[in-house]
Amino acid sequence: MPRIPIGATIEAIIDFLVTHFSFLTIAFTRIMENVIRVMENGLLFLPPWLFIIAAAGLTFWLTKKRGIAIFTLLGLALIWNMGLWVPTISTITLVLIATLTALSIGIPIGILAALNTGVNRVVQPVLDVMQTMPAFVYLIPAIPFFGLGKVAAIFATVIFSMPPAIRLTCLGIKQVPRELVECADAFGSNKWQKLFKLQLPLATPTIMAGVNQTVMLGLSMVVIAAMIGARGLGGEVWRAIQRLQMGSGFEAGLGIVIVAIILDRVLQHYGTKKR
Amino acid sequence: MSETPREPKIRVEHLTKIFGSKSQEALKLLQSGVGKDEILEKTGCGVGVADASFTVASGEIVVVMGLSGSGKSTLVRCINRLIEPTAGKILIDNQDITTLGMEELRQVRLSKLGMVFQNFALFPHRTVCQNAEYGLEIQGMDPAKRREKAIIALEQVGLKGWEEYYPVNLSGGMQQRVGLARALALDPDILLMDEAFSALDPLIRGDMQDELINLQSKMQKTILFISHDLDEALKLGDRIVLMKDGAIVQIGTAEQILTQPANEYVSRFVENVDITKVLTAESVMIKPKAVVFLSAHGPKSALRFMQKQGLSQIFVHDEHHKVIGYVTADTASEATQRGETELHHIMQTDFVSVPPDTPAADLIPIMANLSHPLPVVSSEGKLLGVIIRGSLLAALAERGRTNNA
Repeated sequence: MPRIPIGATIEAIIDFLVTHFSFLTIAFTRIMENVIRVMENGLLFLPPWLFIIAAAGLTFWLTKKRGIAIFTLLGLALIWNMGLWVPTISTITLVLIATLTALSIGIPIGILAALNTGVNRVVQPVLDVMQTMPAFVYLIPAIPFFGLGKVAAIFATVIFSMPPAIRLTCLGIKQVPRELVECADAFGSNKWQKLFKLQLPLATPTIMAGVNQTVMLGLSMVVIAAMIGARGLGGEVWRAIQRLQMGSGFEAGLGIVIVAIILDRVLQHYGTKKR
Repeated sequence: MSETPREPKIRVEHLTKIFGSKSQEALKLLQSGVGKDEILEKTGCGVGVADASFTVASGEIVVVMGLSGSGKSTLVRCINRLIEPTAGKILIDNQDITTLGMEELRQVRLSKLGMVFQNFALFPHRTVCQNAEYGLEIQGMDPAKRREKAIIALEQVGLKGWEEYYPVNLSGGMQQRVGLARALALDPDILLMDEAFSALDPLIRGDMQDELINLQSKMQKTILFISHDLDEALKLGDRIVLMKDGAIVQIGTAEQILTQPANEYVSRFVENVDITKVLTAESVMIKPKAVVFLSAHGPKSALRFMQKQGLSQIFVHDEHHKVIGYVTADTASEATQRGETELHHIMQTDFVSVPPDTPAADLIPIMANLSHPLPVVSSEGKLLGVIIRGSLLAALAERGRTNNA
C-alpha cells in the first residue's frame, strides 16, 4: 500500500506559488507595512492621556453606558501605568486591520452563501477547515509569502477570525421569516431592494454577534501572531514565556483582557440593540 | 348577485402545481387520470393544485375555500408567481402572467397585485407608516408623496394617528389593518388576501370582514380571498371556489353551494352552516298571485281576485307599480255591500316590508307578529314577492333536509 503524498503535494503547490507569485505578495507586504506604520504612528501621536480620555468619550457616545466608559478610562490608564502603551497601540492597530479585512470579505461571502445554495455548499466545508485547522499550520506558509512580521500575522488572523462573520451573516439572513421575504417579493422588490430594505436590517443583530466574535478571535490570535514577529502585547507575552517572567507575562495578558473587554462591550451593545 | 356579465379580471386556466423534482413526469400521470396518492408513491412528487380553472370578474370578491392542505394557499401564490406553476395559464387583464420574464413580472406585481398575508408579514424594523409606504418606495416614488399616500391608506383602514408606532406596539387586528393599508396604498386593481383574517380573534375577525365589505363597496377592487372558514366565505364571497386535495370541487354563489351541493363532500362541508344566515328574503319569497291598482280597481274587483286565488288580503299598487298598502278580504266585502267603488278608504297603509337581501334569520321575528304577508320590496318600492309563514318554514325545512342528507 503506497502512502498517499498529501503533504508532499501541498508542499509542491506552495513551493510553486512561492516561486512564481511571492514577488506580488512581498510587494503587497511592503505597502501594508507602511500603512500599518502610518496608523500606529498616528495613534501614538496623541499623548496617552488624551487618547484615553478620547477613547472613554467615544465608548460612552457609542453605548450611552457610563460603566463601560469608566472601565475604559481606568483600564487604559492601568495599561499606560504598566508601561505597555506602545505594544497596546500596536496590538489595537493589528486587530483593527485584521478584523476590518476579515469583515469586508466575510460579510459579503455570508450574504452570498445565504442567497445561493451553490455558494453555500462550497463555503460550508471551507469554513469547517478554517475553524478546525490549527492556526500554526497556516502560519508556516504565510511566512514565505509575507515574510516574518505583522503582515503575515494579519493574514493568519484574518483566516482565523473570518468564519464567524461568514456563518452568522449567513444565519442572520436565512432567519428572516419566509413570509416577510414572500411579502417583499409580492410587492415587486428586486434582489437589492429585498437585501437592503429587509434582509440586512433584520439580520443586523446576528451579523453584529458575528462581528463581535471576529474581533474576539482576532484578539485571541495576538500571542500566536507574535511568534512570527507581530510584536505588540502578544510579543510581550511571548517574550515573558521564553524568559519565564511570570509577572510581566501576566501584565501583558491583563492588557489583552482589558482591550478585549472594551471592544466586546461596545460591540455587544450593537449586537443586542433593539430593532 | 354576480350574474351580470362582467369582464373577467383574472382568468385561471387549467392551473397545475406539482412539487418535487420529477414534476413533468408527475404531470403526465396526473393528466392521464392517476390519483394524487399514487403519483406521490410513484414519483415522490406532491400535487399542490390540480387542473384548476376559474375566473374572477372585475369588482368581484371570490373566496377560495378549503381545509388546510387543499392547495388554496398554493393557488393564490401561483397567481402572482411567488410559486411557479407547473402547467396552465393565468391571465390578468388578458395578459398571460406565466410567460412573463422576471422584470415584467415585477412590474405587474408593482402595479396590479396587492397582497395581504395570514400572519400580517409586517416589517418589524419599519414604523406603521413606513410599512404602508413599502410598495410605493419600491416603485421609486419620492418620500413626501409616498408618505402622503400611505397616510391616506392608513386613514382608510382607521389607523390615523398610529403612523409612527412600530408593529410590535399594535394588536393583531391593527397589524392586519396595516397589512391591508400597505396593499391599498399601491391602489392595485387586484387584492390577493391569503387567509387575511384567520389569525385574528373571532370578534375582531367579524369586524374586519364588515370593514372589508364596507371598503369594497367604495373601492370596487377585484379580490381573491383565501379562507378555511366557511362562514367567512359565505359572508364575503360573491362567489365561492371550493377546493379539496388541490382540485376545485364546486364554484358558485353561497346559496348555490348550500342548496345545490355538487357532491357528498360539499354537502358534508356545509352541513353545519346556519341556513337562516345564508337564505335571504329573495330566496324564500313567492310571487304575488295577484295585485290591484289603486287607480284601476275597486273593492269589488279586489274581492274577486282574492276569491279566485284564495287570498285573505291583496297588495295595492299605485300607477308607478309601487306598493302603497293592502286590502283584506273582510273589509273589501263590507265595502262592496256598502256599494263603495274606491279602495282609498279601506286600504291599510301601515304595513311592514323588507328589502330582498334580508337574511332569513331576521325574517322570523318580523313574521312572528304580523297580520299580513310580508312584502319584499325593491329599493324603488316595487313589489318583488311576498313571504307567508308557510313559505318561509317550507324553505327552511327543505334546505335543512338537503343539508342533512
